Amino acid sequence: MNKGRKINPKKFEIGQLKIILLILPLVIFMGMPIVFIINHAFKPMEELFAFPPTFFVRRATLENFTKLIRFSNSGGIPLSRYLFNSIVVTLLTVGMALLLTTMSAFALAKIKFKGRNMLTRINQIAIMFVSTAVLIPRYLVICQLGLIDNLLAHVLPLVAMPVALFLVKQFVEQVPDSLLEAAYMDGATDLDVYLKVIMPMIRPAVATASILVFQQVWTNMETSSYFFSDDSMKTLTFYMNTLVNVNNTVAGQGMSAAASLIMFLPNLILFIILQNKVMNTMASSGIK
Amino acid sequence: MALQANKTEETNKIKTRRKRNKISRRENNWHGWLFIGPYALIFSIFILIPVILAVILSFTNFNAIQFPKFVGFLNYITILTNDAEFMKYVLPNTIIYAVVVGIGGYVLSFLLAWALCNLTKPVRTVFALILYSPSMTTGVAMTVLWKVIFSGDQSGLLNSWLMELGVITEPVIWLTDTRFLLPIVIIIGLWSSMGIGFLSMIAGILNTDASLYEAASIDGVSNRFQEMIYITIPQMKPQMLFAAVMAIVGAFQNGMITSMLVGNPSPGYASQLLVNHIEDYGFLRYEMGYAAAISVVLLLIVQFFSKGADMLLTDKDPYGKKGVEEEDE
Repeated sequence: MNKGRKINPKKFEIGQLKIILLILPLVIFMGMPIVFIINHAFKPMEELFAFPPTFFVRRATLENFTKLIRFSNSGGIPLSRYLFNSIVVTLLTVGMALLLTTMSAFALAKIKFKGRNMLTRINQIAIMFVSTAVLIPRYLVICQLGLIDNLLAHVLPLVAMPVALFLVKQFVEQVPDSLLEAAYMDGATDLDVYLKVIMPMIRPAVATASILVFQQVWTNMETSSYFFSDDSMKTLTFYMNTLVNVNNTVAGQGMSAAASLIMFLPNLILFIILQNKVMNTMASSGIK
Repeated sequence: MALQANKTEETNKIKTRRKRNKISRRENNWHGWLFIGPYALIFSIFILIPVILAVILSFTNFNAIQFPKFVGFLNYITILTNDAEFMKYVLPNTIIYAVVVGIGGYVLSFLLAWALCNLTKPVRTVFALILYSPSMTTGVAMTVLWKVIFSGDQSGLLNSWLMELGVITEPVIWLTDTRFLLPIVIIIGLWSSMGIGFLSMIAGILNTDASLYEAASIDGVSNRFQEMIYITIPQMKPQMLFAAVMAIVGAFQNGMITSMLVGNPSPGYASQLLVNHIEDYGFLRYEMGYAAAISVVLLLIVQFFSKGADMLLTDKDPYGKKGVEEEDE
């Protein structure tokens, strides 16, 4: 009788082995580069240039990382400065984005006001917005606002993220109205409802939004390259990238391997920690 | 008090009739604007105004130093008639890339999502993590990784493997060979295309109604493929649409891979995509009016395809969008 039920099986059956074998090559293809990034970063010099080249590291070492730190300290601006910039920028952006996104999601999903439908529609269209396409006008706007070389130029352009708002809004819509009604009956204001009813219930969506925003900020290079001329205000991503591009020397190889791992790892760790919540949010991600 | 109760009852009636999931405590609560105001402000400054500016600039000749000069539709006419690189390389490349990475990646992510949903949770979680991780590998990590793999000498990973297998005898200079550039960029694009849309599809499939599968098996739906077409997909159209939009945006936005891997313009324009063309004109040649026109074209193309996906994947009532939307809920 249970024959038709194949989605999300509770226990392992032989039939699943067929599917695993079928997709395994693809999974390996997709996963291999990641394994490579991790291995590559710990390779000592002779393995980086070994012939034939090796995929896995044999004698793991932290050489590349120490070299990277030493090299950056020999420059005018220490690595710690870029790291500091990146952390401040990332925290500020994620924090601001989460605050503004959840507030608007609450408004769009649960408050009735004139213009709500229009705003929802605009945001839905903006999901398809390709930010690289408007880099020039964005630059002009930043100039006009006098934000060149201002920390905020890293933050503000990435705060409004239509996809994040869309996902959070979909999630807020699932909070039962009866809960909100009850709170209003008890004399709660909209602010109370937002803080005490909505926010505790939408944690998975907040986690998802924070991952999305984090990935955008942490790996963003455009703001550093176009909105900043003062090198001490640029971010770690930017520095790592110049390192990779300029240093095509022998020593540069090891440093870029270390740099790529440093840039990739926070993304991966954050996603592993929050993956359960992300999947939870995605259930309501559909566009109706 | 009685009046209020009466009103709530009335609104409740409307609510059930429309099956709307919203609070109708007041008709027009201006607090809504308070809550959305900050977001709307930043959205306007950094998304809306830049788009409008792009449209305005696209009708001008602007070199970033002098004040823009109005030129009418000249930029658009130039794109269509006088931009040899655009017609010869950029447009075909973009179409090929978008078809393979957009549509191919979309179909692939659905099939993978579906396969994963037929597995137990622990296996599924690990596989999903592996498949999703490439989409997190942007910027530096991606550049270093693929530069090593596609390195043009014998120490390149791919060269070494292919030579060992006897496929090639001489190392191929992958990243300057115009024959291979576009395929390489496409492979990288596909590799990183299992993003948030993919996760959405997994969630969508997992949320399909279990009882329908049982009913279907009684009705004679026998294999997994039929099950997928007749039961799974119709139930998860909203997620399919979300993933489609993500795929479309990704397919047109991802041009940065090319610039970072082989520079801009790419050798022989072999892997030049629309995004790179914008960058080329905007930041290398400083013809910002023209670059803006290409941007507008890009945004319109994305809109156009998303509309198409929308029409394919939404069961819309021809007499009004509202009607169906409410029934769906």
